[in-house]
Parts: sequence; structure tokens; C-alpha cells
Amino acid sequence: MHHETARPLNTPFWTPGVWVMLGFMLCGAGAVLARYIGGIGYVSNLTHARPWGIWIGIDVASGVALAAGGFTTAALAHIFGRHEYEPVVRPALLTAVLGYTFVVLGLMVDIGRTWAIWKPMIFWNFNSVLFEVGMCVMTYLTVLYIEFIPIAAERFGKTIPLLGRLNGLVGKIMGVFIVAGVVLSCMHQSSLGALLLVAPTKLHPLWYTPILPLLFLTSAFAVGYPMVIFETTIVTSSLRLDSEMKLLSRLSRFTVLLLGIYLALKIGDMIFRGTYAYLLDGTTQSNAFLVEVGLGVALPWILLWFPMVRTSRKSLFAVSTLIVFGVLLNRINVFLVGFSSPITHTRYFPAIGEILITAGLIASLMFIYRIVVTYLPVISAGKLEEVRP
Amino acid sequence: MKLDRRGFFKIVGIGASAAVAGAPKTSHAWQSKAPPDPYGCLVDLTRCVGCRKCELACNEVNHLPEPAVRFDDLRVFDKARRPDEKAYTIVNRYHTGKRDDIDRMTPTFVKVQCMHCQDPACVSACIVGALTKKENGAVHYDVNKCIGCRYCMVACPFEIPAYEYLDPWTPKVQKCTFCYERISKAGGKPGCAATCPTEAITFGKRSTLLKMAHRRISENPAKYIDHVYGETEVGGTSWMYVSDVAFETVGFPAVPDKPMPKLSETVQHTFYTYLWSPAVLYAVLAGIMWRQSKKEKEA
Ligand code: SF4
Ligand code: SF4
Ligand code: SF4
Repeated sequence: MHHETARPLNTPFWTPGVWVMLGFMLCGAGAVLARYIGGIGYVSNLTHARPWGIWIGIDVASGVALAAGGFTTAALAHIFGRHEYEPVVRPALLTAVLGYTFVVLGLMVDIGRTWAIWKPMIFWNFNSVLFEVGMCVMTYLTVLYIEFIPIAAERFGKTIPLLGRLNGLVGKIMGVFIVAGVVLSCMHQSSLGALLLVAPTKLHPLWYTPILPLLFLTSAFAVGYPMVIFETTIVTSSLRLDSEMKLLSRLSRFTVLLLGIYLALKIGDMIFRGTYAYLLDGTTQSNAFLVEVGLGVALPWILLWFPMVRTSRKSLFAVSTLIVFGVLLNRINVFLVGFSSPITHTRYFPAIGEILITAGLIASLMFIYRIVVTYLPVISAGKLEEVRP
Repeated sequence: MKLDRRGFFKIVGIGASAAVAGAPKTSHAWQSKAPPDPYGCLVDLTRCVGCRKCELACNEVNHLPEPAVRFDDLRVFDKARRPDEKAYTIVNRYHTGKRDDIDRMTPTFVKVQCMHCQDPACVSACIVGALTKKENGAVHYDVNKCIGCRYCMVACPFEIPAYEYLDPWTPKVQKCTFCYERISKAGGKPGCAATCPTEAITFGKRSTLLKMAHRRISENPAKYIDHVYGETEVGGTSWMYVSDVAFETVGFPAVPDKPMPKLSETVQHTFYTYLWSPAVLYAVLAGIMWRQSKKEKEA
């Protein structure tokens, strides 16, 4: 039996893991400082020919994809009425809130004129895919914060009257926001894939396809639940909570279908465009593609068919990790490995400063997640000592 | 509790018919936004002698910083260069194996700058519309809108826009301006074209230049290769080149004839005109949600 409702964990906060996170955060802060003193060029390996690096490929593109648990669980539990999945909605929502917050923070570091980040609200370019992504992400982040109000209000609604009133206000029309969140997600998840459609000569043919937006959308659908499983397993084991295996293994059945669709599209597209010709040419790009699709999509998809895999905590975690890895690698491949500069052939590898900032952002995200689950009612898994005394 | 299949498909069916009805009637055939009668420049590689006077002129008219290597120092040719945040144009030297009448190796010099594409990828990509294609052909940058996302640089097939990476707060995108102010005045010419001593750069209306290019080729077919680079590349560019050596041997990229933004803009407008597809998706999902909660209440 696990607790039916979410509650603050109230576990000891200062664990060794938290100190490690703090260390990464400090290094990241130092690198951010250097970026605002010396400029982007001072801390990064970005060049005129390779203007986007890991801040876009990992912090933004992968961050958005891996926050897909938020809208996929919201759709399942609230729109399709599968309330039994309610316990994973809140943690997934929290991941999305934090994930998107850090996407925006990452973007702020990456754009040259951080203080000008509001300008797309005034100056519109409807031809620009990035404009659509930007507006969507901004709106969706707002929606996510609204969706989070009830959770904060549950705990602090009485002590902070304004929060309580706000909760009463949005509570009545929450459905409007939940549907909006799913629609906005579908929009920008796919548009992220459309970003490189404007540069056909720069993206390797293994990835450049007119259906790139569809692939990004279906992979976001596919990675949503595995990401929830991945996180829940890490959180429940590191905080000594009940693993919620029953729920997670049921959740993984959807992934068989969703990941299958993604895999079929990916392979179908490859056959249709004849790009399998590149597969075995031994280049970094081809190998990265093979690992991405073989290890990150096909293998976990096959494994997921076995009930044995879906019901064992360890193997379900391993399979989910593979899927998360596959989608992460896909975003990295599209934005970094598969991206080339056909004239100057400039190569890119992230500088230590870029890595420190990215690592610092991820650590801060985990740190705040830890704070929030400690003090707000997010997690409903029971404590192990209570479950199995 | 569960939404049954028939109910689901009914809602999706309603959504789909709404989509068909709601989809904008206007066809989404992509249309070029290229100005009808722009200026351009024709660069004749057979005339360029590599004197770098254009680089000097560009530096002066645009008030760019002193270069690391003086403009009369020909050693810069030893390494291929690219335009960057301090130089909007550069000249590179190539040895293609071409020989003159007395069998001496003759180099080919190539001036590189923004091509001022007719349907520029950078303009389509720019999140805030800081880059615009002007009637007179120039692709113009407005620093007051720019946020520094560098999507223009990702999009440009010629790897042209450069960035002031070492400026922490107010970096600019830097590229050839086509001397926008100068060519906006009657009789005005770009700094580089005005200064070229061998008339390797001709400034004029793009249509006139195209005729001139083809005349040069047809009057001297043994000398020129039959290709005007920029006539059809990426849908046409304002800067164009004629040459006596194959373009791919002197640093010109092979690019499609299709305007670069065509596919992405078609996708964008097909789905987002009047925001019809998000609206339909919203309606379908809200319908499903409503039905579900009604059923739960009844149960
Ligand atoms: S060459 Fe590049 S920067 Fe210049 S107009 Fe074309 S796309 Fe834009
Ligand atoms: S860097 Fe500036 S000019 Fe280039 S796309 Fe971004 S906002 Fe537009
Ligand atoms: S047109 Fe003007 S900005 Fe462009 S290369 Fe010539 S002088 Fe420089």
C-alpha cells in the first residue's frame, strides 16, 4: 500500500548528494560570471560557423524533450480520465516546471543580449520557427506555474492568503490550462524539430527530413512515461520510498505503442529517403545514428514487449534509461553531431566553461526539486519503513 | 470510467471535420518575398587580381577596426580566411592548377561577403525580424531588435553572419551591409565596388547584371564556364559571380536552387495560419475531457 495523497517528505535535507549538487552549482555560477564578464566567446568554443553548442543542444532541446513527462501524464490522468495515474502527475509536473524554467535560464546564458529576451513579445516574425518555439515555451511555462498553484496552495494556502485566493480562482478553470498545456506542448515539441528545416545543407541526411517535426513530437510522446519511470525510480530509491512498481509497469505498456510509432516513423523515413546508404560508412555521424536508434529506440522497444522486463524494477529502470538516453542522443545528434558547416568544416566540442554551466544548471534543477519535494506535497509514494516495516 | 473507443473516435471525427472546415481556404503555396527589381553586384573572378582594395574600402566605409594584417600585406593569402566580426569581406587565393600562356601557375582570387539572397534564410529565421530584405536588395540588420540567438547564423547556407562573441552584454551580428545607406542614395555604390581598380565588381540592377554575365560568357565561351553563381542558387542572390574555373574548386558551396526558407515556412504556415491546428487539437482534447468528467459524474 502506498499513500493515496501527496505530501511533503520532510526527510533530512543535507545529504551527501545535496552537497555534490551544491559543488556543481558553485562551479556553474563561476562560469556564468565569466560569461558575463568576458563574453560567450570567453567561456565557450562557439564560432561563427558553429553558433549553437550544448547550451542549445542539451539545456534547451534535450531539456524540453525530457520534460515531456509533464504534458503526457497530465493528458493521461486529467484529459483521458485515467485517475489511477494521479500519483505520477505531480512529480512529472514539478519536473516540467523546473525543466522549463531551466530551459529559459539556459537560453538566457546562450543569447548574446540576455536583457533583450523580452523582445520577441514585441517584434514578431511569423516566418521564424524559433519565434513560434519561443512564444510557446513562454506561454507554456506560465501555464505550468499556474498548474502548480494548487500544490503550493495545499501547503501554504492558509499561511499566505493571496495564494489561497489565487488557487480558488484558477481551481475552477484548471481544465482550461491543462488542455492548453498539452496543446502548447505538442506545438513547441514539434517545432523544435522544425528549427533545422531551414538549413538543409548543414544537417546530415540521416536526420534531415521534412518529417523532423513529427519525429520530435512522437519522440516526445514516447519519452514522457519512460522519463517518469526513470525519475520516480531514482527519487524513490534515493529517498527510500516505495517504488510504486505497479503503477510504473502499467505506465510502461503505453510506451510499447508510443515508442513503436516513433521507431516505425524513424525507420520508414530512412527507407523512404534511402539514407540507409550512409549507415555503415563508419563516420561519427553514422555511428551516432546507429547508437541512437539501435540502443536508444529499437532495443528498449523490443525489451518492453516482455512482461518480465516491465514488472522487474531493475529492468524497467534500465529500459527507461535507454529510452531517455535515445531521445537525449537524438537531440544532441540533430543539433550538434549531425550539424556541420559545409564551407569551413568547423568542428565543435564544448569548452569546459560550457560544460560547467550546463552541469551547474542541471544540479540547480535537482537541488530545487529536492527542496520542493521536501516541503511541498508532490510525492505520494509511501516511505519504505512504513510500507515494509 | 474509461473512454470507450466509439466515444473517442466520435470526438476525433468531430475534430477532424472541424479541421477540414476550419483550415484556411487560401492555398498555402509558398510565395517568394523577393523584391522584384533589386540591386546586385557581379564579381568576375577572371578580373580579380587580389589587391584587397575592396577589403580596405569596406573597412573604411563601415568604420571597422584596424586589421591585424595590413591591407597591402599579401601574406594573408597563405591561409584561407572567412569574413568575421571585424571584416565584412575578405579575398581568398586558390590554386586550381590553371596556367597562363607561358605555363605559369595562375591563382584565382575570390571575394567573399554576404550574398544578399533574394529569399534569405537568415531573414526567415530571425526570431524578431531584425534582419530584413530591403527593396533595393540589401539584407539589413537592425541591432535594436536583435536578441543574439544566432539562429540567423545557423540558417545561413554561406556561413556569413559573424558574432561579437567577446562582448558580454551587447554583442552584434556582423556581416556585409551591401552598404545599405550608400546604395539608397541616387548614384551611390558600395564601397568595395566603387574602389575596385580592375572592375572585377560591377554594381547595378540584378536583372542588368544577369544579362551582362551571360553576355560575357557567350562572347567568350572558351574563357568562362557557363554558370552564373547566384543566378539560381538558393533561389537567387543579389551578389553573383562568373568564373573561368569550376566554382566548387574555389570555395563555393553546392546549394540547392530552392529558396532555403521554403520548406520551413510552408510547414509553419500550413499548421499555424490562424492557429487553426492548435485550435482543433484544443477542441478535441477539451471534448474528450468534458465527456470523461460527465461520465464520472454520472457513474
Ligand atoms: S548570405 Fe547568409 S547572411 Fe547573407 S542574405 Fe544570404 S542567408 Fe543571409
Ligand atoms: S542573432 Fe539577432 S539577427 Fe540573428 S536571428 Fe537572432 S535576433 Fe535575429
Ligand atoms: S557592399 Fe559594402 S559592406 Fe559589403 S563588402 Fe562591399 S563595402 Fe563591404
